[in-house]
Order: sequence, then structure tokens, then C-alpha cells
Amino acid sequence: MKDITDQYGLYKKEYEHDSCGIGFVAHIKGEKSQDIVSRGLEVLRRMEHRGAEGADNKTGDGSGIMVQLPHDFFAEEVKGLPAAGEYAVGMVFLPVREDEAAHCVKALEEVIDRKGLKLIGWRDVPVDNSDIGSIAKGSEPLVRQVFVEKTVDGDEAFERKLYMVRKTVEREIRESDLKEKDYFYILSLSSRTMVYKGMLTPSQVGGYYTELEDERFKSAIALVHSRFSTNTFPSWDLAQPFRMLAHNGEINTVQGNRFWMQARESAFKTDLFGEDIRKIFPIIEPGKSDSASFDNALEMLVRTGRSLPHSLMMLIPESWNEKNPIPEDLKYFYEYHSTFMEPWDGPASMVFCDGRFVGGTLDRNGLRPSRYVVTHDDLIVMGSEVGVQTFSPEKVREKGRLTPGKLLLVDTGEGRIIPDAEIKDVISHSKPYRQWVEDNRVNLSDLKGGQSPSPDIPEEDLHTMNLVFGYSREDMETILLPKARDGKEPTGSMGTDTPLAVFSDKPQRLFNYFKQKFAQVTNPAIDPIREELVMTLTSYIGTQGNLLEERPEHCKMLKFKNPIFANDDMEKIRNWNSPDFRSLTLPMLFPAGEGPEGLEPALRKLCTKAEKGVDDGYNFIILSDRNQGPDMVPIPSLMACAAVHHHLIRKQKRTRIGLIIETGEAREVMHFALLFGFGAGAVNPYGAFANIRKLFRDNLLPQKMKVYEADENYMNALHKGLLKVLSKMGTSTLRSYRGAQIFEAIGVGQELMESCFPGTESRIGGVGFLEAGREALAHHKKAYSARPRLLDSEGTYMYRKYGERHAWNPETIHLLQWATRTGSYTRFKEFSELVNSQNRKPHVIRGTFDFKKQKPIPIDEVEPASEIMKRFATGAMSFGSLSIEAHETMAAAMNRIGGKSNSGEGGEKTERYTPKPDGTLLRSAIKQVASGRFGVTSNYLVNADELQIKIAQGAKPGEGGQLPGFKVDKVIAGTRHSTPGVTLISPPPHHDIYSIEDLAQLIFDLKNANPNARVSVKLVSESGVGTVAAGVAKAHADNITISGYDGGTGASPISSIKHAGLPWELGLAETHQTLLLNGLRGRVRIQTDGQLKTGRDVVLAGMLGAEEFGFGTGALIVLGCVMMRKCHKNTCPVGVATQDPELRKRFSGKPEYLVNYFSFIAEEVREIMAEIGVKTFNELVGRTDLLEQRTMEHWKARTVDTSKILAVPTDMFGGNRYCVETQVHKIDNVLDRWLIENAKNGLENREKVVLDHEIQNINRTVGAMLSGEISRRYGDDGLPDDTIHCTFRGSAGQSFGAFLQKGVTFRLEGDANDYFGKGLSGGRLIVVPPEGSTFKPEDNIIIGNTVLYGATAGELYVRGMAGERFCVRNSGAHAVVEGTGDHCAEYMTGGRLVVLGRVGRNFAAGMSGGIAYVLNARGDFQYYCNTGMVELSPLLEHEDQEYVKEMLKRHVEYTGSTLAAEILQDWYRHMTRFIRVLPYEYKRAMQEIKLEQIEEELRDIREEEQLEVVSDG
Amino acid sequence: MGDPKGFLKFGRQEGGYRPVEERIHDYGEVEKMLPDRERRLQAARCMDCGVPFCHWGCPISNIMPEWQDKIYRGDWKAAYDILRETSSFPEFTGRVCPAPCEAACVLAINDEPVTIRQNELAVIEKAFELGLVKPEPPETRSGKTVAVIGSGPAGLACADRLNRYGHQVVVFEAAEKAGGYLRFGIPDFKLDKSIVDRRINLMEEEGVQFRTGVRAGDDISTKELLKEFDALCIAIGSREPRDLDVEGRNLEGIYFAMDFLAQQNRIVQGDHISDNDLISALNKNVLVIGGGDTGSDCVGTANRQGARRITQLELLPKPSTGRNEEEPWPLWPRVLKTSSSHEEGCERMWTVLTKRFTGKNGKVSGVEGVEVEWHREDDGRMVMKEIPGSDFKIKTDLVLLAMGFIHPVHKGLLGQLDLTLDDRGNVAIDEYMMTSRKGIFSAGDASRGASLVVWAIQDGKDAADGIHEYFSED
Repeated sequence: MKDITDQYGLYKKEYEHDSCGIGFVAHIKGEKSQDIVSRGLEVLRRMEHRGAEGADNKTGDGSGIMVQLPHDFFAEEVKGLPAAGEYAVGMVFLPVREDEAAHCVKALEEVIDRKGLKLIGWRDVPVDNSDIGSIAKGSEPLVRQVFVEKTVDGDEAFERKLYMVRKTVEREIRESDLKEKDYFYILSLSSRTMVYKGMLTPSQVGGYYTELEDERFKSAIALVHSRFSTNTFPSWDLAQPFRMLAHNGEINTVQGNRFWMQARESAFKTDLFGEDIRKIFPIIEPGKSDSASFDNALEMLVRTGRSLPHSLMMLIPESWNEKNPIPEDLKYFYEYHSTFMEPWDGPASMVFCDGRFVGGTLDRNGLRPSRYVVTHDDLIVMGSEVGVQTFSPEKVREKGRLTPGKLLLVDTGEGRIIPDAEIKDVISHSKPYRQWVEDNRVNLSDLKGGQSPSPDIPEEDLHTMNLVFGYSREDMETILLPKARDGKEPTGSMGTDTPLAVFSDKPQRLFNYFKQKFAQVTNPAIDPIREELVMTLTSYIGTQGNLLEERPEHCKMLKFKNPIFANDDMEKIRNWNSPDFRSLTLPMLFPAGEGPEGLEPALRKLCTKAEKGVDDGYNFIILSDRNQGPDMVPIPSLMACAAVHHHLIRKQKRTRIGLIIETGEAREVMHFALLFGFGAGAVNPYGAFANIRKLFRDNLLPQKMKVYEADENYMNALHKGLLKVLSKMGTSTLRSYRGAQIFEAIGVGQELMESCFPGTESRIGGVGFLEAGREALAHHKKAYSARPRLLDSEGTYMYRKYGERHAWNPETIHLLQWATRTGSYTRFKEFSELVNSQNRKPHVIRGTFDFKKQKPIPIDEVEPASEIMKRFATGAMSFGSLSIEAHETMAAAMNRIGGKSNSGEGGEKTERYTPKPDGTLLRSAIKQVASGRFGVTSNYLVNADELQIKIAQGAKPGEGGQLPGFKVDKVIAGTRHSTPGVTLISPPPHHDIYSIEDLAQLIFDLKNANPNARVSVKLVSESGVGTVAAGVAKAHADNITISGYDGGTGASPISSIKHAGLPWELGLAETHQTLLLNGLRGRVRIQTDGQLKTGRDVVLAGMLGAEEFGFGTGALIVLGCVMMRKCHKNTCPVGVATQDPELRKRFSGKPEYLVNYFSFIAEEVREIMAEIGVKTFNELVGRTDLLEQRTMEHWKARTVDTSKILAVPTDMFGGNRYCVETQVHKIDNVLDRWLIENAKNGLENREKVVLDHEIQNINRTVGAMLSGEISRRYGDDGLPDDTIHCTFRGSAGQSFGAFLQKGVTFRLEGDANDYFGKGLSGGRLIVVPPEGSTFKPEDNIIIGNTVLYGATAGELYVRGMAGERFCVRNSGAHAVVEGTGDHCAEYMTGGRLVVLGRVGRNFAAGMSGGIAYVLNARGDFQYYCNTGMVELSPLLEHEDQEYVKEMLKRHVEYTGSTLAAEILQDWYRHMTRFIRVLPYEYKRAMQEIKLEQIEEELRDIREEEQLEVVSDG
Repeated sequence: MGDPKGFLKFGRQEGGYRPVEERIHDYGEVEKMLPDRERRLQAARCMDCGVPFCHWGCPISNIMPEWQDKIYRGDWKAAYDILRETSSFPEFTGRVCPAPCEAACVLAINDEPVTIRQNELAVIEKAFELGLVKPEPPETRSGKTVAVIGSGPAGLACADRLNRYGHQVVVFEAAEKAGGYLRFGIPDFKLDKSIVDRRINLMEEEGVQFRTGVRAGDDISTKELLKEFDALCIAIGSREPRDLDVEGRNLEGIYFAMDFLAQQNRIVQGDHISDNDLISALNKNVLVIGGGDTGSDCVGTANRQGARRITQLELLPKPSTGRNEEEPWPLWPRVLKTSSSHEEGCERMWTVLTKRFTGKNGKVSGVEGVEVEWHREDDGRMVMKEIPGSDFKIKTDLVLLAMGFIHPVHKGLLGQLDLTLDDRGNVAIDEYMMTSRKGIFSAGDASRGASLVVWAIQDGKDAADGIHEYFSED
């Protein structure tokens, strides 16, 4: 079945992601029927758009259904069956080879027998494969059912036996020599539930498994799942549901979770299994998806005796820090379990079922939509969307949604829905958890001792130590000083341009060989500042107990809020006189005398000593390099930490010990992130602390500051930085981040990786122990032999002549400026030769390549430069980060040469959409849509040739951004539709992209908004980006950009600039290869960017798979940038990246210079093409066969092996190497076509049109295309109010009313899904429950999550509740709603909002503008409000009172809200209960605007008076 | 960095010169220093560039942004620590360096550059004033010995660095006092000789030995040198002046500039010169041929001696006052430079070719010249053509030839050592500054050709590194 290799070139199966539609239908009272099953299949079909098809457009990514065992059906089908409950059915996939199938059958029978169960018989499952895709058919297994008789007492015991049978036989077959062993897969083996699934589209499930539609086939529960996978490879077994659940989401920390589970196995003990427990190992099946692993873990917990909800609460605990309103005892429950079970962290919506209970839960962030409806006749339907089942209004009893961290549990046995609070109350009191925790757990802060002043290092020794650990002056001034002084991570600009560690001539710290991974598309990053309530660094270390038992001693652990230990914490731990907390310090040093060869043996010895420490019963191991000296060299702390961690995992002893790293080496955030990511429990950076003291002595810190304050600042900066690193990957807790290895190494050889960092990617080979030893020794030698007086001025962040190399240096900058300003191609050749020779030192991966010799052709046979220049674009740099002069110059130049400039995130002045009289067009061809959605209106979208969704940017992937208020002047505020002086925050994720199917939705939205523009998606290189790109291609993007980590930026934390993301060479090659493997390459165009400078760069990128090329930094340099790296300070002295009017005058760039630059590059590209005998650029795209790796002298670079980059996949599905076809966007038959047709009179003649239409959840993005038509005709002005008025009845699909333009009113009678009113551009939206509804609107959810995201204008009236993130990043819309979920008004910058009911947690987080008015009915609003940026006050001002009253009146008028009517009736009583939420900044800004207005009025008055005086005279 | 917006708040302010009417009556330094407060504001103009072109443009790679910040913060010690790391003698370069750093300063793109040279001088003078500059003999001695021949900037820099490495250095100087070009080439009004003494004393205290009045090759044989020392560094400068082979060259009253300047420096230091040997400009019409720095020094010296009238001739065209396209920022521009000496009174002529000297009684009395024009050939070479009918005459009774130097003196030491020369007649060296003979190194103008003090210092450092490396290979 797996004839495609699991690994090819840079592609690896582990990178696969999926995300999905999930849901269930159940009869609450447990009444079985065929109706439930067919409803389940219907739910699947209605979520078809959430799944995807493969290259054959027919093969589904996988769908399935879980049902209760249909006894009636089997009783008739299978002879001699015992009574219901007395037997189990196994659904089995078998090899197609008869002999191998027989072998598997026999193996299974034997195990059944061995375990004392009785085989009843087999049944061939009838399937109809006539309608499935060719890819699916090619790998279709044999499907059979096995019937097993119950021979033990008790249902649970039976299930346990069956579990054992399955685990045992799975392992046997896995370890067998069968050729088709991958076909063998047991979907389910249970006396209660069954699973039917396969590589099917949602609508194929019922047709394939024909018995699902059999009248006799009955169940009270149908749980379904449809998959949107990034791949199109055969994978019948990866379809869901699994044995207990279906998962929509992503386990970000799965690698750590798997390791930890493996490490724990040795301690497993339970009477339920006895000796047999070893038979179920490994708990986690190898080579399966994250969801499958999670299912493995959950199943194990359930089968070993915990209840299903209990187990779920252990694996995905809700957030229980002080910001969360949950009972104290429940917090203790979570705390107890958190001491020995780390969370499986990542966005998750789960539906689960054990035959009796069925339910769903969301992780703490609640980022996946889950809606449900309960009917009066006891039906419950839950799904990723509302509208997956249609019910007449009067049948509906309740409409709700899953909320973050909460459980929805249906007990079909008891016949009721058990509320979250009730089930958790029972579980949290099932054992005296609180008592256990209080009696056993020890807080680090409560520890005594260690009072002796922490050892300070004398000045002279400190200097030596600094040299040993390679501290530079930059480390002091750029890293430590700002942290100790401001408690913040320092900021930098313009990206990084130093060589990869493996190419550097300077000895590197091992840390520098690693890069952070980050979330893109398949799961969202988190905002660690604004959504702090889900984040925590609190952790525990000590000896973990047996996971399968619950004992008080389990929580005999040391608890600490922050994992950076101060020096006296270390003293306390060392001097701790307790038999439960004994520590052993091991020096992580190697003898200098043995040279680099001494490193590896010393490391091995260290591992053995650590293991012995565990055996001797120590509870903590402290790895320390404090005793380095002339004879002893520190082992790189990361190497020591990871090696010991993995050694102990291999020996299954890791959980018995806490690992503390005491090192002088770690100083910056990345160092700590790495240590934790590779297993450290806590770190004591004594070297950094000593240097902070030195900063004191040198008077570099403010005089008023105390030493301890500086230490605290430093630690705070690290904490913030760590949270940022965690959140980048969407991870919330340090406990799950620990050991999760969310990094990729670059330039580290296989041997070193396998021995210290197993499971972590390192794709181009590289250094080993010897080189690492040499680098450690180089610093050591300097410290003890050369002994320079000062530390190095290293030149990592700033150029230094003898420091680290920089690609942009005085020579390259000045030559490029000189060449492009004088139009001299000769000078340009000097520049490009210099750049190319720099690259070949090597500096970047492409510098290791040579073109293979080819037969040249005359240059005039090569396509003209004008054709090549069409492939060029400038980088996405917003007006706001750039001056208007620079921004417009770039647009003018690109329009002139037929390339494309990119607006960046920040809108664009509408004047730029029309050409100037002289023909100059300043319109950016590419309009960016980023997470802040600034200035993204219908009109903006219409005026673009390409719409680019920025998922990540090279300099700071996984992070948001911030434009501080002082930079937001009137013009910028204008284009961004915000208020001058108000800070603008771009959230880390797009709040409408938490998964790949969400991205597909946004692409669909944009395509509707402007069908003429191609849609592109910008990703950043990291391992797995190719797989993400495949998903993006399947989501119908026309263009994919792969950015390198080295791209420039206005401002980012410097640790992100340096340490996040990977070079584009890797990401591009991986993307190209993966798309080829999937047969998707021909559907999309690939662009790449990241420090492209010359024609050679362009050709090399082309050969690695790129068709288009982005230039950011290079273009800026042509326009005068001199790499000041001061963009974030607004002091750019050449007027490029500043808004200061004085400095902008210094801008000297001209479009001609850029035209010169791009013509030069194109010319150079042509020269190379002639040399390699290629006439058109398309011919060279993806031709890695024309490249070879050079032999290199460089002592580290020569260990590099780029063969994976150069690998060419064999022709899979036609093998197009570049884009040859256009995507099928499926917008031809959307509802908007009907709207446009029927609203013609309104559109063309501005006459009133009234329309009416049914609507279903499959009708998505309704209104966007219509709005586009209006914008095309009338621009920002739109139509007169209410010109087009349409009423819709039913459940609206996602993005209803997106970008709705002025003059359109949509009234929805029914309910709606997520992204309602996204980007609202002036239209009016009204939602009311349908006539005949019986539920109370204000208590029921009628619209989904993320409503009015990025809205700039318009109105919304909702009679009912909304989900999470109502009005997120709203900057101009006015809304009334009767209740909301969490994070309401998040990042809002303008507009107004009236809430008449409950709000969830974290109201107004990051809200910098606009006003919210909340009816504080319960008096507890303050608790739910994040008051970080806002002030709360009653409605004191007349203006506010009038506004709310007016909005309520309209609300009543439009929606008939009884709630609003009641409030109005008794207005003065209710008015006092309203709270006004007003951001501080906005208040100030509004006051300033008011003052200005008053000034103006006064001026007018004065002028008038003057006139009067004159006329009087 | 100190003040991110300093460059927007404060303009460039130079220390300036003493008034002409005052300074031409003495040989004291003409340049003034700013008070500390002003100096700090000047340092605040530094933008701490991501790519500090100043640092790149500096031959000795001073890391300006780092010490500018310290100046701004008033931390003179830290500033000095960073400066001394790259610069052996900031007190020399701070006075006489033409400051390529300032030409490369990013502020110079569209504003006036930071006063880097004067800031540097402030740091070192402050460091002396605060007693931060102390003799720091090496902790241990390597046992290796090096003879440095020549005590000009290259020789001193080489000696200083070798001494820091722990090697025993003896500097040989033919003149009666050490300092070479610093002492006898640069006029006192630009570099007071007490500054040179101060440094040499310091070096002596640190263990460098000076043997003055000893001409290597004559007073001590090359054989002895090679026997006595483990390595040699030739830093004898480029002392062969370019001559003007025209009619009348043999007339009395025509001198090489260096003879004139050196004599004046000797007079200032108190030496007595016999009337016969005295070259005096008193009441004379002085003609300086050569428009460079040496020529300018001649102008200043002649004015101080009481010349009646001074004319300076230059063959090349008058440079523009602003940058031209050929030498854009951050390159060193050939722009018109008006030195403090020019301000003191002198007539300057460009694009003139000296045709012959005329004389009376064997003494020079005039010069005949012609105007020329320059144009660029197709191959890029600049070619000169006389303009017919533009002949002119100038009355003169003292001619100073300041047309540069062609190469080191070959006779004597170089000949005796039989070192290979490059095609310009300079000592040929490899990348480690080693000459054709093992263990013999060369630095400064002797191998580079006549150049700036700052280059000589850098060469001296490089040669010291080469020698150190050479020793560690043994």
C-alpha cells in the first residue's frame, strides 16, 4: 500500500498534517436507529468542503464513521452469534495478497486463542469501489470483520482483553517480514463500537460500505470525521475515527509526548494487566499521525482503569491558572496530574465515544469551531459547523458550542447530557487530590537555605569565563544589557545576513546550529501577551511515579513558576536535606589535554554517570560546568543536556529524575528554549548573572536599580521570550514544550544527531563531535592562552571588519548603489561577482553549488530580459514600515518593468489605484492580506492582480507585529482605517486560519472578492513546509511563496531574526519535491525570497523549483538603504524606513535605479541561461540535475551534504516541473452569481432591489463577489444605504457577508458559521433566529467564531449569542450582540460594540481603539475583562448614553429583540448597569482629535469675527 | 548607543584653528579642542550604524560606533579601552590622519560626518589626562628578539605590538631621536613633538629599546643584526623623493621639501643650524611644487619663517569642491582640500607644468611653466596636453619640491640585505609581511610606497602579527 517511500529528498512522511471536519449525531436516550447512521453520513456530506481531494480530484483524504455495534444487523448476517454484548466485532484491513492476508488472519486467530478468547468467525465486508478515486483504488485493502466471543466476566475485562489482542497482533505483524504488512490494520475491535473508514471523500463512505445504508443497521451514535490532508498518498489507515476518537487539530508537542510516553513505560505497573503489560508496548504505534498517537495514549489510559473524561482531562487539561474561573478543587485535580503527565499541546477539537458515552471537547485555546444543536425529540448533532443537519425551527431546543477546555458529554445510558461542571466535579473529588498535592508538592519559593550570598565570580575569573564561553561585547550590550535594564528582549531590524553556523569561520556555540520551528497554516501561533491566560511556565521536577496508579506520592515534586533558577535556588537544592529530593551534581567537562577527540568519550561517561545516579536513587541531576578551568573544557551544555536526556529515555529511566543545567554558557532566549526543548527541567545561567553584576560595576545599568532588580528583569525578559518561542509553535505550557524538540538542526552531522538529538531533523549533514570539540577548544584556548584584554566585538548583529561575515557589507552595499545609480552594468558585474564569491566561501547553501557544464547557446536565442523581469517582485513591505516615498518608488518601478510590487500589510491610498497623468502607476500589484487585516476592504481587494495571504514572514515567523501609536500618523491611520496615535497590533495568527481548511476558506473568500486576482500564500521555510505547501495547493492557492529565514523586517526580537526559520534553499527544494511527489506541482506557481541579490541567485533558485522571485533588502539598498538596522527606531537617516518628515526628505531613491537593478539581474540571468544552453526560463525550473555540489576546503563546510536538496523525484502524476494549469476555484456557481444577476438594477442603476433566498452551510462567502462588483463600479463609496436588500433563510456557511460593501443589507433568518462579516466594508448585517424558534435567543449561539474580523465599516445586529473572538480586530464596524464567547473585542482598533449579555474570558485583550458597551447583568464583568489596555467606566457621558440607546432602538427595529426592548423600556435602571470599555490610547487620541476640531472651529469663528469686524468697519 | 536622534539635534562642530594672525607667529599646534560637553554632543551624532562604513574605511579598523557611545556617556576609560584595542597611537592619527572614516561616515551621505578624528583625539588625550595610559609591560617574555629598523609610525607600531606579545624589541634609528617621519616630517604646528616623546617614553617604560643615531647597515652590520635578532622588520620609509628633471634644476635655492621641513623641526627642538646649511624662507618668494600634504606643510612652514609670497603649483586639475560620480560615498573623494596652512596665505595654481628654472648667479630666481589640460583616453588613462601660448613665469628665490616619494632608499640596508623589490621599487612582501628573506619583514612606506601615517601603523601591526606567527611556527 505504501509504494511511495516514506522519505524522499527533503520530503518525509512525518511532516504530514491534516485537519478536518468532525461531528456526531446521537440519540440522547440511546434509541438505536438507522436514521442516526444516515444522519451521520449526511453530516459528513455537508462538510465536504472542509475536506479535500487529491491530484485525481476524486480520491478523498479519508473519511469515516464510528457507530455502536449494530447487533440486529449482525444477528441476521452472521450465523450463531451470541446475544448482544456477549461478543465483539473487529474491523480489519488485510493485505491484498492472498497468502499474506491468510497469514494475518492466522496470526490474529492465534492471538485471540492465546488470550483465552474464542473466535466465532469471519465475514467479508461488502464494499462497492466503483465510485472511488484511482489513487484510493490502487491501495485499497481487503476488508473483513472478525467476530470474537466473550469468555471473561465483565465488560471492561472483555474490552481489556480485546485491547491486548489488538496490541499484540499489531506488533507481531509490524515485526514480521510480510511485504504488504502495512495493509494490515485493525480499525476497531470492541464489543461496543465499530469504525468504518477509508481513503474516501465524505460522500463516498455510505456508498463504499454498503451495509451502512442497510435498514437493519442501527446505532444510537454516529461519530464522523472527514480529513483534509496535506498529502495525496495512499493512507487508508490514517483516516479517522480511531478507536476512541476523532480529532480535528494538531498536536504540536507530539514528539515530546511520544518520547515521554516511551520513557515512562518501564515504570508501568497495574494489577489489571499484571505481567502482560509489556505486551502492549510500545503504547504509541510507530509511524502514525499525531492524532493516532493521541488515540493510543488515551486508549491506554482508559484500558488501564481511568474513565474516558478523566483521561481526556489528563491529556488536554483546560487552563487552570488564576485567570480562569474554575473551582479550586478542580485546579488541584489538574495540578496533581500535571506533576506526572505533560499536556498534549496544540489546537484540538475532539469527539470521542466508547459506545455509551459520546462527547466532544476543546483544548484550552478553543481554536477549532464545534457547534451543536439539541432538539426537542432528544437528538443531538455536533459538528465543526452549524447547519450540518437541517431542523425546522420549532424542533430546536438549544443551540450551543463547545467552549475552550470544556467537555460536552452525552450519556446514552442515563439518557442525558451531563454538564461540564458536573462531570468535572465528580472526577475532581474521586480522590483527595487537593490533600495529596498540599501534603507532598514543594514550592521552590518555600524552600529554605541558600541564604549565603550566591557565589560571585571575581572580575579576572569572570573575564576568563566569558572567553571560555565565547561571550562577546555584543552579548553584553545587545543581549544582556537591554534584558537586565528593561526586562525585555531586544529588537532588531533588517533580518540576518551572516553565514550559517556550519559555514562560519568563527567558532560557534552549538546552539547556533539550531533553528526554531513555528506554526504555519496547519495550526495557529498564540499571542502570549494578549492571551496570557492560556500560557504557563509553571513546572515540576523530581521523580515521577507510575502513570497507571494514583498515589499521593506522585506529586512529591518540586514546583516552580519559572524555570530559570537563580544562583541561590541552586544552593537551596544542593543543600536540601530530604530523602525525597536528593541531588547529584555532575561536571559537564572534558579534558583539554585530550583535544577535540576527548569530547565524545567524556560525554558517554557523563551519560553513564547520570544513569548510575538514577539507579542510586537521586532525584535531581545537576549538570554543571562551573568547574571549567585551564585543564577542563566545558562540553556544550546543549549537547550534554540532550545526550543525558536521551540516554535516560533509551534506558527508560528519564522520568525518575529531574534534570537541571547549571551553565555559564546560556544567555539568550534561544539557548534556554533549546535546553528545555531537549529535556532540561530547569536552567541556572550563573554566567549571565555574573555578567549582570559586572554591568552594575561598570555603571551600565541605571543608578537607582538594585542588583536583584536587574536579575529579575533579566529573568522576566527570558520568560517573555520563552513564552514567545512556545507560542510561535502554538504551544501553551512549558511542561509540554519540554523535550518536544521543536527545532531543526542545520549543519549537524548524522552521528551527532542520532546520539544526542534523535528525532530532530538535520537535512544537510554537517559537523560531528570532533568539530564541536574543536570549537569548544578554540574558545578555551583563547581564554587560557591568548587572554585578550577585551572581549571580541563579534559582529553578529552589526558589521565588524574582522567579525562575522555579512552578506551586506560596505563593499556590496556601495557597489550596488553605485552600479544602479550610474546605470553601469560593468559595476553591477563587480557587485555580482563579489556577492557570488562571498556566497561561495560558503556563506549560504546555494554557495555550495556549481552549474554542471553544458553546451552553450548564443545569447540572442535566450528569451528577452523583459520576459524574465515579469517574474520579479519586491518584498512585502508596508507603507508604515517604509516611507511613502520609498513605497511609491517601488510600485512605480515594478509597474514599469511588468513586475509586481507588494503593498505589505497596511492598506493603500485609493489615489494610487489610478495612473497619474504621465502614466506612472503607483498601485501595488500585489495586495497583502495579513493577520491584522489593516486596510483590507472590498475596494482594496478589487484593485489587485494578486492577493497574498501572509502566513509568516522570514524574519519572525509565527509572531505578530505592532506598529506603535507614535508612528501612526494621519496618513497611515487613513490607509489602515484606524485612528492616528493608536497602536496597531497584528496578531500572531490569522484569526480565520487555524488550519488548512480554514486557509482554503480564506482563499475562497479572496477569490470571491476578486475573481480576477490570483491568490498567493506566503510561507516560511522550515522542515515540513513542502507538505504544508501541498495542502495549500490543494486549498486552491494559485501561487506559493517560500521565504527564507534571512529576510528583512522592520522590527523583530533579535532572537527571532537569528534563530527562527530556515534558508529558502531547503524550503523551496522541499516544496518543489513534495508537490511533484503529490502530482500538484503543475497547479501552482512558486515564488521564493530571502536575500536574493544576483542573476546567479535567481537561476539557482529557479533550478531548485522557483518560478518567481522576491527582492526585499536588495531593492531597499538600491533606493538608498545602508543597513542601519534602525527601522524600529524611526531614525532611518536615508528616509527609507521612517515616517519622520525631516528624514523622509533625505530619501534619494528613484524608480530608474530599481529598473536598472532588475534589468541587470535579468541580463545576468540571460547570460547564465546562454551558458547552460537554456532558451526559456521555464526550461530550467526545477532542474536540480544541472547542479552539483562543489568540493569545499572549509573545515566545517566540507562535512555538508546537499544531496537531499538536489534529489529529483521520479515522475509521479505527470511530473510538471512548473505551473501549467489553473486551479479550479469552484466559484462559478456560488450564490453570489445569482445575487449579481438579480441585483442588476441596483448594481447598475442604483435602484432599490429586494431579494429573498434559501441558504445552507455549503453556501459560503455570500456577498463578497457582489461587493466586489460594487467596488469595481463605485470604489470606496459603494451604493446608497440599503440599495440591495436580501433576506436569507437557513444556516449560512462560513464568511457570510464577507467584505460586504456599502449599500447592501443582508438579513439572515437562521444561524451562521464562523467568519461572519469578515472585513465588513460598509454593508449592514442582521441575524435573527428563524420564525417559530422556541429557544431564548440570548442564551443560544446563532453565529460562530471570529465575527467582523478586520471590519472597517458597516453595522451588525445579532439577536442571540456569538462565539469566540467577536469583533476581533474590528476597526470601524458598529455591532450589537446579545452575548459572546471568549476574547471578545480582541485587538479592536476602532468601531463600536454593544453587548447585551454574557461575555467570555479575556474581553478587550489588545484592544487599542474603539469603544465597547457591555451590559454587566451579573456584576462580574470586570473579572472577564483584560484591563491591560482599557479603562472601565459607567455611561456618564451623554454622548455614550445616546449612542447605546440609539443602537438598541435599531436593534429592536431590525431584529425584534425582546431583550433590547426590555432594556429600553426601563432605560434609566438598565443604563447604570452598562459599562463603557475604552482603550487608554484611544481616549487620548480622541481627545486630541476633539481638541483639534475645537481649534479649527475656534479658528473659523475668529476668522468670521474678523470678517465681521471688517464689514462693520 | 547614546542618543538615537543625536544626529538630528546637533550639527557638526569642529574644534577649529587658532586665529591665523596668532598662529603664524609660532610653531604650536594650530588645531583647538572642544570642551568635553560639546565633544559628547558631537559623539552623540554617531548613529551606531548596522554597517559602520567609518570602521570599514579606517585602515586600522577602529570601531568608531563603540567608542562614540562611550564618549557620549562620559565613560572615557571604556572609550579608551576599545580604541587602544585597534589603535596603537590614537594621539598621532587623531592629529594628522586625513580621516577616510569621515568620508565614509553614513551621515556624510546627506549631512556632515561625525567629527571622528577629533573625537578620537579627545579620547586619547583624555586618557592621558586621567592617567589611564600607563606603561603595561608584558607579563612574560617570550625570549625572542626583533630588530625594527626605523622608528617612524610603521616601526613604532610594529615594535609596540611585538612588545605586547612579549618579544624583546630593539628599534634602530639613524637619526638622533626616534620618531622618523612623525618627528621630522610633520611640522610641529600639526603634531607637537612632546606628543611623540610621550609615546616613546611610554614604550621605553614598557621595555622597547631604542638605539638612535645608529644607521643599520652602516653603524651595525646586517650580519650582526641577523645574528643578534630572531627577526628583522624593515620600516625605513620611502625616502627617495621624486625629482624634477628640468633645466635649471641644479641652481641653488631648490630643495626637497623633506629637507626643508626636517630642518625646521630640528630648529624647533632647539638644534642649531649653521647659516650655510640653513634653508630659510624669510622674505623670500617661495615656490612650492606639488599640491599634496607635504606641499601644504611647506606652505605653513614658509609662512612661519616669514616668506614674502608663496605660490603652490600642481600638475593635476583643481579638484571639485563636492563629490563627483567617480568617487561616490563611501569612497575617499578627491575634493579640494584647503588646509590650515593654505588659510595662512598662499597662491595655488592647478594644471601647470614646470618647464624650467631660471637663475642668476647660480641661484634660482624664477620658474617658467605652462598650463596643461587633461583628457581621458579610450582606455581610461588620463593624458595631459600643454595649452599653446599659456606659458608664464614666476619670480622665486626658494623652490621646494614636494612631489612625493618614489620608493625607499635602495642603497645601504636594502642592498646589503639583497631583498627582492617589487616593480615599483618597494620591498616585496608576502601576505605575512615577510620579505624575500626568511625572518626579515617589512612594513610601512618601505614596502607599501609613500602613504598615510595610518596605513603605516596598520602595516606595523600586520608585520608584528606576521612575526609573531612566524615565531609560533618554530
